[in-house]
Amino acid sequence: MNAFDIAIVGAGPAGLAAARAAARSGKSVAVIDDNPEAGGQIWRGAAQIPLAAGARLFAMTRVFDVRPGFEVHTAPHGVIRAERLILATGARELFLPFPGWTEAGVAGAGALQTLVKSGMDVRGRRVLVAGSGPLLVAVAASLRAKGARVLGVAEQAPLGRIVPFLLRYAAKLPQATALRARLFGVPYWTGVWPVSFAAGRVALSNGRELDVDFLACGFGLVPNSEAAQLLGCRVEDGFVVVDSRQETTVRGVYCAGEPTGIGGLEKALEEGERAGAAATGQAVRPGRTGAFVRDLARAFALDGRLYGLARPETLICRCEEVPLAELAMHREWREAKLQTRCGMGACQGRICGPVAARLFGWTACSVRPPLVPVAAEWLATGQRQQEPGSDR
Amino acid sequence: MTATPDVLVVGAGIVGAACAWELARTGARVEVVDQGIPGGGATAAGMGHLVVLDDDPLSSLSLELWRALAAELPKGAEYWNCGTLWIAANAEELAAGRRKPGVEMLDEKQLYEAEPELRPGLAGGALAKGDAVVYAPVVTQWLLGQAGVQVRREAVRDVGELRAGAVICATGALTQKLLPELPVQPRKGHLAITDRYAGKVRHQLVELGYMQSAHGQANESVAFNVQPRPTGQLLIGSSRQYAVETAGIDAHMLERMLQRAFGFLPFLRECSVIRTWTGFRASTPDKLPLIGRLRDNLYMATGHEGLGVTTSLGTAKLLAAEILGRPAPIPAEPYRPERFHA
Ligand SMILES: Cc1cc2nc3c(=O)[nH]c(=O)nc-3n(C[C@H](O)[C@H](O)[C@H](O)COP(=O)(O)OP(=O)(O)OC[C@H]3O[C@@H](n4cnc5c(N)ncnc54)[C@H](O)[C@@H]3O)c2cc1C
Ligand SMILES: Cc1cc2nc3c(=O)[nH]c(=O)nc-3n(C[C@H](O)[C@H](O)[C@H](O)COP(=O)(O)OP(=O)(O)OC[C@H]3O[C@@H](n4cnc5c(N)ncnc54)[C@H](O)[C@@H]3O)c2cc1C
Repeated sequence: MNAFDIAIVGAGPAGLAAARAAARSGKSVAVIDDNPEAGGQIWRGAAQIPLAAGARLFAMTRVFDVRPGFEVHTAPHGVIRAERLILATGARELFLPFPGWTEAGVAGAGALQTLVKSGMDVRGRRVLVAGSGPLLVAVAASLRAKGARVLGVAEQAPLGRIVPFLLRYAAKLPQATALRARLFGVPYWTGVWPVSFAAGRVALSNGRELDVDFLACGFGLVPNSEAAQLLGCRVEDGFVVVDSRQETTVRGVYCAGEPTGIGGLEKALEEGERAGAAATGQAVRPGRTGAFVRDLARAFALDGRLYGLARPETLICRCEEVPLAELAMHREWREAKLQTRCGMGACQGRICGPVAARLFGWTACSVRPPLVPVAAEWLATGQRQQEPGSDR
Repeated sequence: MTATPDVLVVGAGIVGAACAWELARTGARVEVVDQGIPGGGATAAGMGHLVVLDDDPLSSLSLELWRALAAELPKGAEYWNCGTLWIAANAEELAAGRRKPGVEMLDEKQLYEAEPELRPGLAGGALAKGDAVVYAPVVTQWLLGQAGVQVRREAVRDVGELRAGAVICATGALTQKLLPELPVQPRKGHLAITDRYAGKVRHQLVELGYMQSAHGQANESVAFNVQPRPTGQLLIGSSRQYAVETAGIDAHMLERMLQRAFGFLPFLRECSVIRTWTGFRASTPDKLPLIGRLRDNLYMATGHEGLGVTTSLGTAKLLAAEILGRPAPIPAEPYRPERFHA
């Protein structure tokens, strides 16, 4: 049995910063992540914080259940026990449906970036990056660095909301200037979004049409708060509620990074540091990134017209191929799910759930183990000690 | 306010929906109320296996009704006549299988031809070709639609206050909340569903020891019961627990249930499970449902334990006959609610 003082789920910036802080105390630390290497979404195996000496990384390890006590159930390392738990599970991309969004050639912006980072050749390929948020610029820059012909970045937010944000945070966005240089010559359109895609041709909301090899889309990030929900931590509007020490409403469970509010790298590092320190009884420095989260959300708030792009026949649930018209007949998520199978597929509503929340105002169903699909064998060998009387 | 309806059904699970449909077809004005979404109770949790159980005329009647209805059901009802293969682990169970009505016996060789993924060393099986599977939430919605009913969302607190020619209480595992004098107890069950593995399992597979779990009195029990969905997914059951009111996954039950299933279908170990859930069956002391008049204009259609999807259609026929004063299609006595009220 693996037992540690601290278990950290997620080896992105938040998780690695938490591991560094926690390891300072001399306590034993486990870091668990489903990727082959530490680094999370942004660093992808080129982590800029080394794994703290004394911390043990469980790579390619999926967490499918977390239970009080704490027990972190993983495949393939079984149960990892810990006195304290730090959830640094990051975020996933938000996709919004428009006619053609499920066709070959349309990809998630971050997903395409990940593919390229892991070796996909995009040299000379025409790419339009579209959607919302600072991530689009990062994706465009890294695709260009790999030789892609980035035709432009279509940001849905209007210029008038982005400029004040950039002016205010220019100093805080150290990458911003470098990115701009790397994107020199790439048009950045604001207040523009894709309205449809067919046979390699993107139609934009400003009337323009572009022929592309890839349309890379991302409309913002959705927090991965499922593990926290499973433990009963309070979650508001999808975000995990924490106090000034990153502790959730469940004692001994801390949360850092995107699940507490979308705020990017600096916030993830700061919160990871705080969570690691707090969980090991060290002094905790106050946070500085709260206003940034709010201002980021405000600057890149989605235009309501984006929710009206899907046509009756446009698929909302890709796994189960459920079109908009079938969903629109229902009054709530659970009813729609039961009647149409929307959200019942392999992704378990991780993609279509946030879409339905925005299009219809529905809140998704309860979270249950397994958090991610897992071989039945792992669910069946929980290595749980029988409590006396449980097998009456 | 509209005029009082002829029939008011409390509960829009598959049993209530079937009753509404059956009575609406006779020309009655029917209304249905439910505190949640239609088909959102046990009906959403169950496996939807349509199965004839020995010595149970209600299940045989119901299967006849299902077969007659099959062609009319919408595609989303996923009606599939895959049959039930009762698995015998040993000679003794094989003998028990032989006593089942209307089954075709399979010897060891035929068993593995029918289901190659079963573990070696089993004795044989009993194949009930008439059995089927169905996706109950869609059937429920369809029955309500056919009855021309718009379900009213409302929690009923006192059945005595309801005004209708006949009130049908089809409240499933929640029945005691309305009628504490009736011995209808929730009996919790777990299920797990896998990703798609088309063709690996061809029939609903149930161990012949299943009835011991279903009809036994043990506080906790599990049995091997696996269903292939038309999507290629596999639904893995089943577990039974009394005296548990919380709907969360009980890890030890899920573990026991899966282990039991691996014991028959070893390849399941490798199958990716995408979701697990629980539901509450409405169980009665003698394992038979309550169908018929309780008092005055109050009728019961509840207590169907692990068989209510199957027996919903038969229940509706039997109850409609009583309400309308027509001859019963099968003897009604075993199901009468007053057996608990003598
Ligand atoms: C697809 C994508 C691409 C991005 N690209 C960029 C970029 O290029 N530039 C940029 O500035 N920002 C980018 N971001 C934003 C970036 O995620 C944040 O700015 C920052 O990295 C957040 O750090 P974090 O530690 O909170 O989360 P993450 O870096 O996302 O780390 C969370 C880690 O937890 C793991 N995890 C989650 N759940 C489980 C589980 N159940 N079991 C095991 N492991 C689990 C994840 O696999 C991940 O490795 C991207 C985000 C996404 C979703
Ligand atoms: C794990 C599991 C597996 C199963 N597998 C099968 C199977 O393979 N085959 C089979 O035939 N059966 C199976 N069953 C059993 C079957 O699912 C049930 O018997 C059947 O769904 C019962 O239907 P119902 O309409 O009586 O109850 P429910 O579907 O529970 O409906 C009762 C309805 O009444 C409503 N209600 C209750 N009280 C009130 C009130 N006071 N006011 C307003 N509304 C109220 C509820 O909201 C609910 O919608 C299984 C059950 C479980 C739990």
